[in-house]
Amino acid sequence: MLLNMLNRKTAPEITDAVKFQLSLPPHRKISLSNGVEVYLVDMGTVDTLMMNVVFYAGNCYESENLVASAANFMLKSGTRTKTAYQINDFFEYYGAYLNRQSGHETAELTLHCMKKHFAELLPAVSELIADSIFPEEELGIYKKNMQQRLQVNLRKNDFVAGRLIDTYLFGPTHPYGRYSSLEDYDALNITRIKEFYNKYYLNGRCLIFIAGPLPADIQKLVEDNFGSLHLQGSVKPEITNALVFPAEEKKYRVTNDPESVQGAIRIARNFPNRHHPDFQKMQVLNNIFGGFFGSRLMANIREDKGYTYGIHSYLTNLIQESALMISTEAGKDVTEETIREVYLEMTNLCSKAVSEEELKTTKNFMIGTLLGDLDGPFQVAGRWKSLVLNDLAEDYFYRGIETIKTIQPDELQALANKYLNANDFYELAVF
Amino acid sequence: MKSYYLALLFKDQKLYPMHIDYKKFTLSNGLRFIVHEDHSTPMAVLNVLYDVGARDEDPGKTGFAHLFEHLMFGGSANIKDFEGPLLLAGGENNAFTTNDLTNYYIQLPAENIETACWLESDRMISLAFSEKSLDVQRKVVCEEFKEHYINRPYGDVAFKLRELAYKKHPYRWMTIGQELSHIENAKLGDVKAFFAKHYCPANAIVVMAGNIQTGKALALAEKWFGNIPAGEKYIRNLPTEPKQEVARTLEVKADVPLDALYKAFHVGSRTDKSYYAMDLIGELLGGGGSSRLYQTLVKEKKLFSNIECYHFGSSDPGLLMIEGKLIKGVSMKKADQAIGEELIKLCSDTIEEKELMKVKNKTESAILFEDMSLMNRASNLAMYELMGDVEFMNTELNKYLEVTSREIRDLSISIFDEKNSNSLFYYSNN
Repeated sequence: MLLNMLNRKTAPEITDAVKFQLSLPPHRKISLSNGVEVYLVDMGTVDTLMMNVVFYAGNCYESENLVASAANFMLKSGTRTKTAYQINDFFEYYGAYLNRQSGHETAELTLHCMKKHFAELLPAVSELIADSIFPEEELGIYKKNMQQRLQVNLRKNDFVAGRLIDTYLFGPTHPYGRYSSLEDYDALNITRIKEFYNKYYLNGRCLIFIAGPLPADIQKLVEDNFGSLHLQGSVKPEITNALVFPAEEKKYRVTNDPESVQGAIRIARNFPNRHHPDFQKMQVLNNIFGGFFGSRLMANIREDKGYTYGIHSYLTNLIQESALMISTEAGKDVTEETIREVYLEMTNLCSKAVSEEELKTTKNFMIGTLLGDLDGPFQVAGRWKSLVLNDLAEDYFYRGIETIKTIQPDELQALANKYLNANDFYELAVF
Repeated sequence: MKSYYLALLFKDQKLYPMHIDYKKFTLSNGLRFIVHEDHSTPMAVLNVLYDVGARDEDPGKTGFAHLFEHLMFGGSANIKDFEGPLLLAGGENNAFTTNDLTNYYIQLPAENIETACWLESDRMISLAFSEKSLDVQRKVVCEEFKEHYINRPYGDVAFKLRELAYKKHPYRWMTIGQELSHIENAKLGDVKAFFAKHYCPANAIVVMAGNIQTGKALALAEKWFGNIPAGEKYIRNLPTEPKQEVARTLEVKADVPLDALYKAFHVGSRTDKSYYAMDLIGELLGGGGSSRLYQTLVKEKKLFSNIECYHFGSSDPGLLMIEGKLIKGVSMKKADQAIGEELIKLCSDTIEEKELMKVKNKTESAILFEDMSLMNRASNLAMYELMGDVEFMNTELNKYLEVTSREIRDLSISIFDEKNSNSLFYYSNN
């Protein structure tokens, strides 16, 4: 048969991905007259644009729980000239998406739109920042709807596990460990939200990122719409509650739903932030451990034992302090075995150096996917944003690539012995 | 996902600056092969679509197309390990199964595209069927079933709605399978028969996209796929769903925190000419913060804490769905009536041009954003070819733009006929 003429047993020649020269496409930084810094990433072949307006207005800055996320959400709830409906209708008429995200340090407004409508949309974004009025009725609807959503989420073991593990890692009062409750929603009041808006949006620190094939007059457009707002560019507001209080007790079993057929598992330890010299090396070790489909956790616990649909480990994307997290949902009858196997994979990485072959595969995979991740203006702007918000310079990106290309098995084994000790981990299963 | 296919670009260069260029070939074994060059990216994608989905399953062995997708990663005729060589080439891959089709894709640096051809063509020839692999993937899929459909509140809704709305057509079961036992009982013999019937060049569409030259792409396709025996073209002969004649309702009581209301209406297929108006109706009702159901029922009347409207763009006649969770204390009857009032408005009043323009603009934008991704473009090219002609990808937006407010009203009258409705009243027993 003809099929036999082709050697199908041997893989075709490849170019090792580690040989690729990766570069982070540049940005242009401009400053508006009020000092706000704008990062422009001018690239792309499709006529779509993205604009991130970033405020230092995350929950690190709130004095009462949920105020930061409520203020962020309510930026679309009405201005002096537009109702919530009119705001939504305006953006949607142009096929634009205006999303809000509220995080720990920062909170954002993100506009995605067709390039041809960008100039018409900017004044409306500016108006939300400068002129939001926070109607009492809109807050009432928000509270009720968020409480209902929370009630549903609390029935999901996975959701409950995600909240609890953060509390163990950072303490119940730290912004990273604090979570929402029905009572906290009840306690939200418009005065606090307006005060927060006034301080952290209206007069707050702001950064802007714009990506796509930019219009020629971009600088004027941004200046005209944002340059005269009361925003400021330099002074980062102070975070007062930055101390973490990790829990004493390490092991937890929680019953959430007696009928459940799976346990939601979290195994995690505190880990330093991106400025620590081990961080980028740990990303390589994490890849081998549980960072992708071909990782050891996945190979053992899913592909060999079939205990779960998926298991992942990752370094959490946090600015002040990170955590190494292992996350899965496994059959109720195999939950304890799953946890044991996770520790076993840690021990394996500690006791035996990874083979050259496994390391080469990991390196090529990481570089190959990084190449794909940089493919497009929004992705590139996202990289720059991450560097800027984490107070990192451009060389951090290149050091990361260098780490992937050059790290050796013995370094990874030493790293495993430093960070993958079962005793250092919090362990939680929610049934 | 709202729709599996909402992606494309347009012909009128004046209106729409992008047009998806491609070249289509048919290899001597009948395999359809499409190349899309994009030299702005360092990456390439190999997308392999098989014309088989959950609708092609035996009613006693549901969940099979999806289980099979899992087995496709367990090694093939000549390649023991699928994943390793791909990672070494800097690539990543995944797959998805729907009621209509099964789609596999690999993305990797363009220099290494031949590795993707080697891997995908070998598993088109034959899989390395093993009891061990089947045993593990049965368990994995059972855990997937539990994670998504058992171990979460309202997880059984989609099963119940499909069973309520379809009496004959195989859309009456879910892609994951009707019940766990169907997956638990899968036998190696079934797996082999399924492969022989569906996984062959005659039933596949291959797309190569990215930083590649068409000539080289075709040579690679000929080299790796050209000699695979064609196999037998699978002729689909599914039972037609009879027209629904009376309104159907189902009441469920479950351990959930809130009452919820679900409605499903029969609509045409993805290739039906009414598709574009139907998609816009879904957008008018449930797309975003200014949509009718959200503004009226969540914001003004405060009857629901959330409400959505969506469909699946299915190959055979499908369903338009509305679902929402009721504000505690609101009666099911009142909530249902309020939805009904909004639907009647679509049937009696002609919508204003501005509102129609809004949903058309939203569609244009959604298409542009979706097509930014090389992976999406590759899988959409394959799906449009499956629909009948890859060129549909470039003519799609014009069909949306041609929809009139009159068509919206006329179609609403036929879709929202009470006799065409399936209502699931899902009560909290707390």
